[in-house]
Amino acid sequence: MIRDPIRAGIAAGWKATDASTLERDLALEADVAIVGTGAGGGVTAEILAQAGLDVVLVEEGPLKSSSDFRMVEAEAYPQLYQESAARKTLDKAITILQGRSVGGSTTVNWTSSFRTPPATLAHWRERWGLREFTPEALAPWFERMERRLAVATWTVAPNENNALLRRGADRLGIATAAIRRNVKDCWNLGYCGMGCPTNAKQSMLVTCIPAALARGARLVYRARAGRLALRGGRADALVCQALDARGVQTTGRRVMVRARHYVVAAGGIGSPALLLRSGAPDPHRALGARTFLHPTVAVAALMPEPVGAYAGAPQTVYSDHFLEGAAADGPIGFKLEAAPLHPLLLGMTLQGFGPQHAALMEAFPHAHALIALLRDGFHPDSPGGNVGLRDDGSPVLAYPLTPYLWAGVRRAYRAMAEIQFAAGARAVLPLHERAAPYPSWPAAQAAIDALPLAPLLARVMSAHVMGGCAMADRPERGVVDPLGRHFQLDNVSVHDGSVFPTSLGANPQLSIYALAARSAVALAAALAGKPAVGGT
Amino acid sequence: MPSRRQFLKFGLGGGLLLAAAGAARAQRPFVAASGAEALAVLDAGDRVVLAAIVPALLAGTGEAAGQLDAVIGSVDRAVAGLPPHLQAEVKQLFALLGSWVGRRWLAGVRAPWSEASRAEVAAFLERWRFSGWRLQQQAYQALHELVFAAWYARPGSWPAIGYPGPPEVR
Ligand SMILES: Cc1cc2nc3c(=O)[nH]c(=O)nc-3n(C[C@H](O)[C@H](O)[C@H](O)COP(=O)(O)OP(=O)(O)OC[C@H]3O[C@@H](n4cnc5c(N)ncnc54)[C@H](O)[C@@H]3O)c2cc1C
Ligand code: SF4
Repeated sequence: MIRDPIRAGIAAGWKATDASTLERDLALEADVAIVGTGAGGGVTAEILAQAGLDVVLVEEGPLKSSSDFRMVEAEAYPQLYQESAARKTLDKAITILQGRSVGGSTTVNWTSSFRTPPATLAHWRERWGLREFTPEALAPWFERMERRLAVATWTVAPNENNALLRRGADRLGIATAAIRRNVKDCWNLGYCGMGCPTNAKQSMLVTCIPAALARGARLVYRARAGRLALRGGRADALVCQALDARGVQTTGRRVMVRARHYVVAAGGIGSPALLLRSGAPDPHRALGARTFLHPTVAVAALMPEPVGAYAGAPQTVYSDHFLEGAAADGPIGFKLEAAPLHPLLLGMTLQGFGPQHAALMEAFPHAHALIALLRDGFHPDSPGGNVGLRDDGSPVLAYPLTPYLWAGVRRAYRAMAEIQFAAGARAVLPLHERAAPYPSWPAAQAAIDALPLAPLLARVMSAHVMGGCAMADRPERGVVDPLGRHFQLDNVSVHDGSVFPTSLGANPQLSIYALAARSAVALAAALAGKPAVGGT
Repeated sequence: MPSRRQFLKFGLGGGLLLAAAGAARAQRPFVAASGAEALAVLDAGDRVVLAAIVPALLAGTGEAAGQLDAVIGSVDRAVAGLPPHLQAEVKQLFALLGSWVGRRWLAGVRAPWSEASRAEVAAFLERWRFSGWRLQQQAYQALHELVFAAWYARPGSWPAIGYPGPPEVR
């Protein structure tokens, strides 16, 4: 029997409130209110609680833990993902995967751990005035979080899905490397995306959040932060709506949190949306703008031998061959990784229907998939998307796919198909409505060159929402300063992936952990010795 | 300065579909309940539309025919878990398809759904799949995702594709 640290903690008296069960409104006071319990919110909660501050965490999603994680897609997506994993951009051309439960996207992420690439930091220093963001200056923050979350080289052999990336790339002289992972005693199951059933993944759910709760932090879940009540350049209160047990409708109960300081960590899309709903000052129209996705496209391959892409650690090999040397003003660069495959998500993503779709699905055990993550936000023709609000206040991202991005998609299809044939593929299939299985590299090349690239034809996905509350050296070009402090609101900070001024060109979790730790340590110092709530 | 809400409303472009669906709702013929398990959010008319579309999408999966009600129930449960704005879109889409105008003129299906041949339904799906009208493409993809998610959510669909299901860890 696997020990469930969350259920044990609750039994031991952690203060966790399920807002769906509230019979009357709830009013709380704290030193710091944190919105969101993902990468940014989790790290922040632990550091502030360790500093002796009284913390309240507000989370829109449910509190689920290892005993609930049954590795079943039909349960995991509605419970653990924003919009049941059906979130899309405004034109529905990009599917967006984001977590929505305690632990945020870290509860469902695939454990790939990368430091912010030096080239990205250099671009931020030059273009966005983030002068202190050197690899050397950030190294201690990365080291701190790598230690905390057991980020280490994964020494187990990659599963076949990942080994194929290495093998194909090797034959073409394309460099690959091993991905570091934040796991302890991982069972190599491959179901990280449905919540880790063994607690091997060192997500926020089993690390920083329990540590904060053990120090007395309070957690309110199934509570959606609706807005910050603002007055005179400060936030007075955080106003939240309780959600019902399935997280669909509001119950009518309210949760009000009054705090000295408010940390917004609702993630990309979520954080700018909260500030938009709050009517936060935005003199330079930066809020919600420049939201980035690492737009991701995929090519599936049919291999002669079984692959079993559903089993084994999901991502263990990558290639930056098409990213290295990509100039900010040149064609877009992309990172190559393998993607795990499970029936529900594959079935709904795979193009076509009827006998042709069924026949492709029958090849499931032999299917291998590569993904290319495009590094958006560096080139002027890649300005990213804009977060806006629907009439009901829910957020939606408008993200135009520009010709600049499509040119990258075509190069990425070619790169992936060539690697797959080099690895021995019998056929390759770009995930695109007009694509069919191509039996050889020349056939694939010709077909890919002729594919029409447009929204809703090519499948485009994202699991990496970044930006929208960009950091900058000055208010004219950002929302928060390099420590996440809001430029116009005295007691509001943003600590999550929304602070990046561009995408990263690497999976974001470790960058978010490190920057959140840096901002949280500064915040803890600033709050020490300041008067308690109401005493200003 | 235009508010962001306004920008979204204009950007949505779905107004036309929604208006059409609204009109469609009013003209919708009464459909008697089929006696199958109660649905949480979809209604009897939606079930009739799905009963025509599901077999066309799932043709080739072998087992699908005998499990129509189970698949429709699974679509219904998935829709019930979606946020209100998405639930509304899905319901509008089914209402539109269920209306005479929607079926005959937008989907181009002559026979009532309950009598439409699989080939006729497949032809409609293929037209929407590659439609030059973005709303039809979006609607096709919504149907595709709902039905394939419902089908491959079911352990009964796994043996045919060689998926062993999740491992035991306890
Ligand atoms: C399937 C998947 C796989 C991934 N794999 C990797 C990987 O291998 N490596 C990697 O580096 N990154 C990966 N990522 C991305 C990474 O996990 C995220 O970039 C990171 O967790 C984002 O951190 P965050 O703090 O910005 O937001 P999140 O971790 O998403 O947390 C935001 C939290 O805020 C909550 N929230 C939102 N709005 C509100 C509101 N109004 N009120 C209350 N709460 C709210 C959300 O429910 C959520 O829990 C993956 C993501 C997904 C979805
Ligand atoms: S692969 Fe490892 S980290 Fe991922 S779910 Fe399985 S045991 Fe957990």
